[in-house]
Amino acid sequence: MRSSDVLTADVAVVGAGPAGLAAAGEAAAAGLDVVVVDAGARPGGQYWRHGPGAEGPAPGTHGRGTFSTLRAGLGRHGVRLVCGHQVWQAGRHDDGFVLRLRPVHDFPHDDAVERVSARRLIVCTGGYDRQLPVPGWDLPGVMAAGGAQALLKEYGTVPGQRVVVAGTGPFLVAVAAGLAEAGARVVAVCEANAPVRGWLRRPLAALGEPAKAVEAVRYAAALARHRVPYRTRTAVTRVHGDDSVRAVDLTALDHDGRPREATRTTVPADLVALGWGFTPSLDLLLTLGAATRLDGDGSLVVRVDDGQRTTVPGLYAAGETTGIAGATQAVREGLLSGLAVTADLGRAGRTGDGVDAGPSRSRRAARLRSGVRRGRRFAEALHAACPVPAGWTAWLAGDTVVCRCEEVPFAAVCHAVRELGAEDPRTVKMLARPGMGMCQGRVCGFATALITRHLTGHPSTAEALSAFGKRPLAAPVTLAELAASDDRTAPRTAPWS
Amino acid sequence: MPHEPDDRTDAEVCRVHFGGRTLTAQPGLSVAAALVREGITSWRSTRRAGGPRGLFCGIGVCYDCLITVDGHPDQRACLVAVRDGMRLEDGRCPEDDRGTGPDDGVRPDAAVGSRETGHGGGSGDAVK
Repeated sequence: MRSSDVLTADVAVVGAGPAGLAAAGEAAAAGLDVVVVDAGARPGGQYWRHGPGAEGPAPGTHGRGTFSTLRAGLGRHGVRLVCGHQVWQAGRHDDGFVLRLRPVHDFPHDDAVERVSARRLIVCTGGYDRQLPVPGWDLPGVMAAGGAQALLKEYGTVPGQRVVVAGTGPFLVAVAAGLAEAGARVVAVCEANAPVRGWLRRPLAALGEPAKAVEAVRYAAALARHRVPYRTRTAVTRVHGDDSVRAVDLTALDHDGRPREATRTTVPADLVALGWGFTPSLDLLLTLGAATRLDGDGSLVVRVDDGQRTTVPGLYAAGETTGIAGATQAVREGLLSGLAVTADLGRAGRTGDGVDAGPSRSRRAARLRSGVRRGRRFAEALHAACPVPAGWTAWLAGDTVVCRCEEVPFAAVCHAVRELGAEDPRTVKMLARPGMGMCQGRVCGFATALITRHLTGHPSTAEALSAFGKRPLAAPVTLAELAASDDRTAPRTAPWS
Repeated sequence: MPHEPDDRTDAEVCRVHFGGRTLTAQPGLSVAAALVREGITSWRSTRRAGGPRGLFCGIGVCYDCLITVDGHPDQRACLVAVRDGMRLEDGRCPEDDRGTGPDDGVRPDAAVGSRETGHGGGSGDAVK
């Protein structure tokens, strides 16, 4: 093993999005030795995703200046950035943590890093689009809304010409605006909930996030400019096509969120972008034993204190893993975690290096904590405005694929509950196999929990979601890699025992 | 920054081989972006229903976009950058030694080299 295969640091940060960059910069500015690991080819995460050769996200991107400042700070403070690598296992080791890494592909890699050891670990792994199955959603041309946006942000590629964007939440508006500006014909944005016109106006500012209001107004203007129809209380209830998407059914929803059949219309389309909020990526945090809670949007999130400390000593979390709340909040939490790790390791903290000189550390922390509380209220209001419609399972057919990897149909999930007596998502997974494939339930886990709740009448609990979401190996590895791993940092329970 | 890959390559365009065609792509594009720009939206079929699959999550989470790259099966097309001369195939390699991350103790076979990649060798049916 070459020396460069193993990195040692005071602080390891997983994720180079808004939270991770902020956390790393803050800790490094205080003199701590920091390593950041990210699966992407470039830092920025999903929010500040940008293309090869670009200095940063496109002009007009919200927080672009923040990205540039944070990015420059990493260089100035000697933060080591390991891009193109995934953490496949995280474990405790002596007084700290050991991360096992592998490149995101299997080709020979000159600069492959196998391991990062650090005294403290800050997990900023963000999240990804949450999905609800719909008949035909396994056809090519159906994408996660964030995936369609990622392709556009990073490669300037729009994967279709006639686009329907559907699901719930303000993110749909951002995705649709981007696609329309890039030249796609967005034939409809379908928002399953009603009060959306509300967030396109004052309430955002009233909730203390004026920048969000400005952003929303800009997207709304783009939709108006491109004459994109915005339909509330409407969902995509079926996707038609043979080898790829040809058309979609759009159906109005009643007050219980059930499709009103009489309103169904069929619209030609070749790209369907779906998003029902976001799922935080908790793999590493759950493996390390961090305590969780159910957030207002039904997502499992990790509990943190006012310094972003989890219940595991030395382990911090910032950004979407503590509750879906967006990039502005992620930066605040990242900075707070950096301040906390600095204090916890007994460093004096920054003495003023230009950009952030001035307020004392405690004043900065207090201001950030106040911002985090404001951001949390804002997120709670959005979660309340954009729930998953209660009656959504009414659009499922027996043969609708729930688990895309294992091709488990809705009927098999029903069978597991009604005939085999499964009462919780994990038992459904064992009996019917949703969540047993390559993605390990990342895509279907939330929907499987909702379907189980719908069929059994038992509410979802943090314990049930946690049982479904535990992934001791956070990425597929070869047996050789597994065999070469050190037992002392293996998960406490061997995953196959 | 020794570990931050250099996006630039000497080639102005990459030639990529897929399904008997030679496509051209700008260096730095992902395999998925290069295929989608050519109007190719699916590049594998599922092991049960044989349904076509391509890009879904677009960010490395869902493993729907798996493709064989230069003989390496099951690479995520959304994460791999194109290189000049790259050969892309619908991934089918039954002797692969990869298992998924075993999920919380319910699959005793996952650690013994069975293939769980969702197509090709398909061990899913063998799970007891």
